[in-house]
Amino acid sequence: MGAMLWLPVLVPVALGALAAAGRGAPWTRLLDLVAALTILATGLVLLTGTLSAPYAASAAGGLLRADALTAYLVVTIGAVATVALWGALSTPGTADGWFTALVCLFLAAMSLAVLADNLGVLWVAIEATTITTAFLVGYHPGRAPLEAAWKYVVLGSVGVAIAFLGIVVLYATSRAAGAPTLSWVELVALAPRLDPEAAKLGVALTILGLATKAGLAPMHSWLPDAHSQAPAPVSGLMSGVLLSVALYAVMRVGVIGDLALGTGFVRGLLLALGLLSLAVAAALMFTQRDYKRLLAYSSIEHMGLMAIGVAIGGPLATTAVLVHMLGHGLIKAALFVQAGRILASEGSTRIGDVTGLLARRPDLAGPFLAGGAALLGLPPFALFFTEVALVVAGWQAGLWAPMALVLALLLLAFAGMSRQLVRMTLGAGGRSLDEPASARLSRGALAPVLAALVVAAGLAALAVPLSGALGSAVESLAVLR
Amino acid sequence: MTETLFAQTVAAATGLLLLTAILQVWRRSTEASARLLALQGLALAVLVGAIGLADGAFELVAVAGLVLALKAVALPWALTRTIARSGNRGEDSPRVNPVSGLLAAAALATLAYAVSRPLLALDSGPATHAVPAGLTLVLVGFLVLLTRHQAVSQVIGFLVLDNGIATVAFLTAGGVPLVVELGVLLDVVLVVFILRILSARLELAHGEVDLHELRELRD
Repeated sequence: MGAMLWLPVLVPVALGALAAAGRGAPWTRLLDLVAALTILATGLVLLTGTLSAPYAASAAGGLLRADALTAYLVVTIGAVATVALWGALSTPGTADGWFTALVCLFLAAMSLAVLADNLGVLWVAIEATTITTAFLVGYHPGRAPLEAAWKYVVLGSVGVAIAFLGIVVLYATSRAAGAPTLSWVELVALAPRLDPEAAKLGVALTILGLATKAGLAPMHSWLPDAHSQAPAPVSGLMSGVLLSVALYAVMRVGVIGDLALGTGFVRGLLLALGLLSLAVAAALMFTQRDYKRLLAYSSIEHMGLMAIGVAIGGPLATTAVLVHMLGHGLIKAALFVQAGRILASEGSTRIGDVTGLLARRPDLAGPFLAGGAALLGLPPFALFFTEVALVVAGWQAGLWAPMALVLALLLLAFAGMSRQLVRMTLGAGGRSLDEPASARLSRGALAPVLAALVVAAGLAALAVPLSGALGSAVESLAVLR
Repeated sequence: MTETLFAQTVAAATGLLLLTAILQVWRRSTEASARLLALQGLALAVLVGAIGLADGAFELVAVAGLVLALKAVALPWALTRTIARSGNRGEDSPRVNPVSGLLAAAALATLAYAVSRPLLALDSGPATHAVPAGLTLVLVGFLVLLTRHQAVSQVIGFLVLDNGIATVAFLTAGGVPLVVELGVLLDVVLVVFILRILSARLELAHGEVDLHELRELRD
């Protein structure tokens, strides 16, 4: 079991090296998808293996460890990457050995981040995601992608550097408590003995730094730029799963904070970040003129919601956060793939330039509209159920005032997002219908998008067979709130 | 290394770290900033070496050599070359004037002392008492990042911030585990490398890189 933990890290690295060596050859385009499928398969095996025993698997002297939560995150990375990269196969303009190699390394870094049982290695892996995606964000020619990449690297690195400062403080605190360690398993065990003042400083810095990578306001300003300028599959990966990997790290550190400081501190911090993210996203989605930026702001909204879920804590809210993570990742990856196709066909990312798309190109606009409805939280998609569960859990935890605010902001975000979606797909005007019709998407090209939407719709039904896995994932967080 | 010599070395090194950070705010020329950064890297290497010798941890002495090679030589040299190549030795006019900058730096140093009180309570060695200096570097790095226009100055701000974090790491804990330490060093080099390529490409796209002209992407 232990050796399996290396697979999601080493296989993508090997495939990336292969892609870089054989660049130019057409088969290298498939390698990143193979990496994604390897991660997905390993994650599923780990998930079944970690159901019975907590911390079932470890490798490299405990440096890598998989409990149910880790395994679930590995599955999420694999599933979202499969959708984004499968969709990329039929999207023109991203065929390059270096591109594939960097995507493979990016996947390996994300897998390492969730598998590492060491806050230092976790940090190195998260920073490696910034490094591998820097050139992917600036991949397209022109000034805007370069500008986005610059902001992304500077803000991302500074944010993550602050998280490292927090990790250093936590390490010093554990040293003062007599057992220097960066392992979160050992830190959780040690937490009640940590000096509360120093631990508070460490936890706050770590969470604030990681929140930059998770795209939470007010450290979100790089996100709309980077996610709108990157090539479609990279946007899908970043929005769909990289943000969630950062939130996973917040969850781990949050548990240490809860045990060392009581439940109020981390909860207050995450509630504030989450509500602010919801508010920023809701306000900016209303006035958005660019559909890729619209999707990016929607990611900020959903990350805010998940942060609020983590703040609430407890089995119901944590389960809802995990299902939301997977559902949002799948839908967002599918939508970015579809947005990339709309851009390729229409030549513009402005909502005003693509109005009335449903009449002209139902093959482009139909899945986009369906995915948009899923993001808005309409049933039968999973996000409907998770959002209801989050609010109910918050209410039960006595957070009725923040929950009322969440509901109001969700309503506002709903109105803003649906207004833009309707303009894009159903709105009148746009180009005339007698324009020469471009080639329709083949059924194969639509398959990954539709598969993602079907799974997202079915997640609620899957919740019953999944409940064992989710239950152990929640238990492995040992949330006390 | 005797106790007093150790305490004196730590005090001198942290003093030099603080001084180079404050001067960073004051000086406008990017070339001078790069030289200050080299001096700061040297101070950091001395600090790490002293802690290594005092603890008898010889891997830390090796890390000190690496810090010296990277932060005092390689990175400042790369920055100087970038500045020379862009042909712009001129001033980077910050958004705040030098006097307000110095006042802000003093305020940040006070803040750093206030924030690091819980850390000082953990341990009372001479090394721990220098922790506020590290935090001051972090905050001054932020200040440089926020107030400078040129791409090179932003990289310098990031490096000052990183030096501050490294200082705190070595002072509070004698350095985090070696794997992580090496990962962090490699990471800094890679980030600077990426930023250098990006700024060169930006320069190709539209001449000198004034980051205040990066306004194409906004809502």
